[in-house]
Amino acid sequence: MSTATVPHTATQTKVVQARNVSKVFKRDAFEVKALDEVSLEIAAGEFLALMGPSGSGKTTLLNMIAAIDRPTSGDLLVLGENIFRFSDGQSARWRNEHIGYVFQTFNLIPVLTAFENVELPLLLTKLSAQQRRDHVMTALKLVGLEDRVNHLPKQLSGGQEQRVAIARAIVSDPTLLLADEPTGDLDSHSATEVLDILKRLNEDSHKTVVMVTHDPHAASYAHVTRHLEKGMLLPPA
Amino acid sequence: MAIPISYNIRNLRLRKGATVMTALGIALTVTIAIFIMALLAGLRDAFATTGDARTVLVLRKGSTSELAAGGVSRDAMQVLKDLPGIAKNSQGEPLISGENILVIVLPRKDGTGDVNVTIRFLAPVGLEMRPKVKLISGRWFTPGQREVVVSKSIHERFAHTNLGDTVFFGKGNWTVVGIFDSGSSAHESEIWGDINQIASDLDRSQYSSVLIQATDPATAVALKNRVSDDQRLKLNGMLESDYYAEQTKSGNPIKFVGTVVAIIMAIGSCFAAMNTMYAAVAYRAREIATLRIIGFSRPSILTSFVFESLLLSLLGALAGIVLMLPFNGMTTGTSNPVTFSEAVFSLRMTPGVVTAAVIFAMIMGLFGGLAPAWHAARQNIVGALRD
Repeated sequence: MSTATVPHTATQTKVVQARNVSKVFKRDAFEVKALDEVSLEIAAGEFLALMGPSGSGKTTLLNMIAAIDRPTSGDLLVLGENIFRFSDGQSARWRNEHIGYVFQTFNLIPVLTAFENVELPLLLTKLSAQQRRDHVMTALKLVGLEDRVNHLPKQLSGGQEQRVAIARAIVSDPTLLLADEPTGDLDSHSATEVLDILKRLNEDSHKTVVMVTHDPHAASYAHVTRHLEKGMLLPPA
Repeated sequence: MAIPISYNIRNLRLRKGATVMTALGIALTVTIAIFIMALLAGLRDAFATTGDARTVLVLRKGSTSELAAGGVSRDAMQVLKDLPGIAKNSQGEPLISGENILVIVLPRKDGTGDVNVTIRFLAPVGLEMRPKVKLISGRWFTPGQREVVVSKSIHERFAHTNLGDTVFFGKGNWTVVGIFDSGSSAHESEIWGDINQIASDLDRSQYSSVLIQATDPATAVALKNRVSDDQRLKLNGMLESDYYAEQTKSGNPIKFVGTVVAIIMAIGSCFAAMNTMYAAVAYRAREIATLRIIGFSRPSILTSFVFESLLLSLLGALAGIVLMLPFNGMTTGTSNPVTFSEAVFSLRMTPGVVTAAVIFAMIMGLFGGLAPAWHAARQNIVGALRD
């Protein structure tokens, strides 16, 4: 993979710049092309929905933007950084500072309360206990769960769990919010609540949101929708 | 900051069954280790507390035991009495005690058979030279009478050792007239009687050993050397504390067997802890991946899981210590190869033993937890999220 080839001036407004990114998985004797020469730019403050059928490479692309997977070839700059030059520890730190990740299955730590789950990213910062507490309460208020601080995940509904997960994703005030099928495991009412929060975070807090979904209703919340099919990014509609 | 400790504690609580079973496995190993260490500590204590740094034990040249054939003649005893540096009692008499040792067979109270027991014959000055030995019941033997006093441990463990009971040896029955407590010293394995009466009964003209108390520890060393160097005497002087310290070797077979058993069990417990931790890592693969995405580094994950394994082993250690507590102070015996009789001592769960047990458990936890923790830290994030 070559180093950054995207002009520096462009990186000031572009949060993500992918050029000819491919990802090939090897399974025994077979090679599966998860991403095929994908080129994509995401501007700061954008709300982008990535759609496509299962296995089209949506999550793979999202994982690459989060520096938890690496492309086989191509260039990818996120927030102006060639994140694949980072060591494992640097990637972890970078994610902590710049990325908020929301999972389809919420992925809350079952033995920790809502407060403790949201506090986790802040444990890696230099904030004092009181400052951490203030940040956590702000995040929980933002998702409307300030009265559920001491609840364990099993004591919350699916929608509430996902809202706690969103609070965890935004508590360290990241630039980029990545959501992988955030409404996939929710009923329509809870899904709407979650999508409203994502939209609010995009519009009011100016977070750049990249959301993987195959639900057209969810995608309708985004400014831009791009489709992936068999690893290839289809031209904008 | 690392992953919070509450995460590990609550996870151990969440998997109660696995936690309790693994901790119990470690506890059993710790129990065995404590048992062996407490035995050895008790034995060490018995022999180490017996000697006095001011006291010199005199034996026949070439002899390493008071029980060995031959001994110190009465003529040699007179020479010894005149040596300089010997402490004197309030009556101005030199603190020197000629003593004889005899081994008799006594049946155990619990019916588990007959065992050799040491009888020490000494003069009243010998009692005076052992101020730590206290009479707790009855009275001391009367010189010139067939009377004995028994140690508390002997009284508790052997038949015919109650006050008023008689034991046959020499030329007749010897009556038990008192019970003494020597703390945890080697004298807890002994019965004491009058030296002149046994000399008459057995027609003995020699002493098995002579005990001399010097004025101070430095004089004791000089006295010891002088006795050993005097060609006329053909005697060997040694510090009493060295003589008894040497007898701690009687614990070597226990130490060897115990160590082998403890090591084998420790390896088993390591694998039990490893199995539990591998299961925890597999069960929490998605959680670990989530923590990594949040920003926790591989060393944080490794430390967290090793810490959890250490917590598990600490639980095991505490359970093992609690399981062993009822045995603390229990009196037992082993064969003393120096006196060919039973050395009675108590299990001692000293702070050193407890600390060693906790460290032993932590080592098991560390070895059991390291590989699963390494696996957790190295696991593929994408793969874990997909599974």
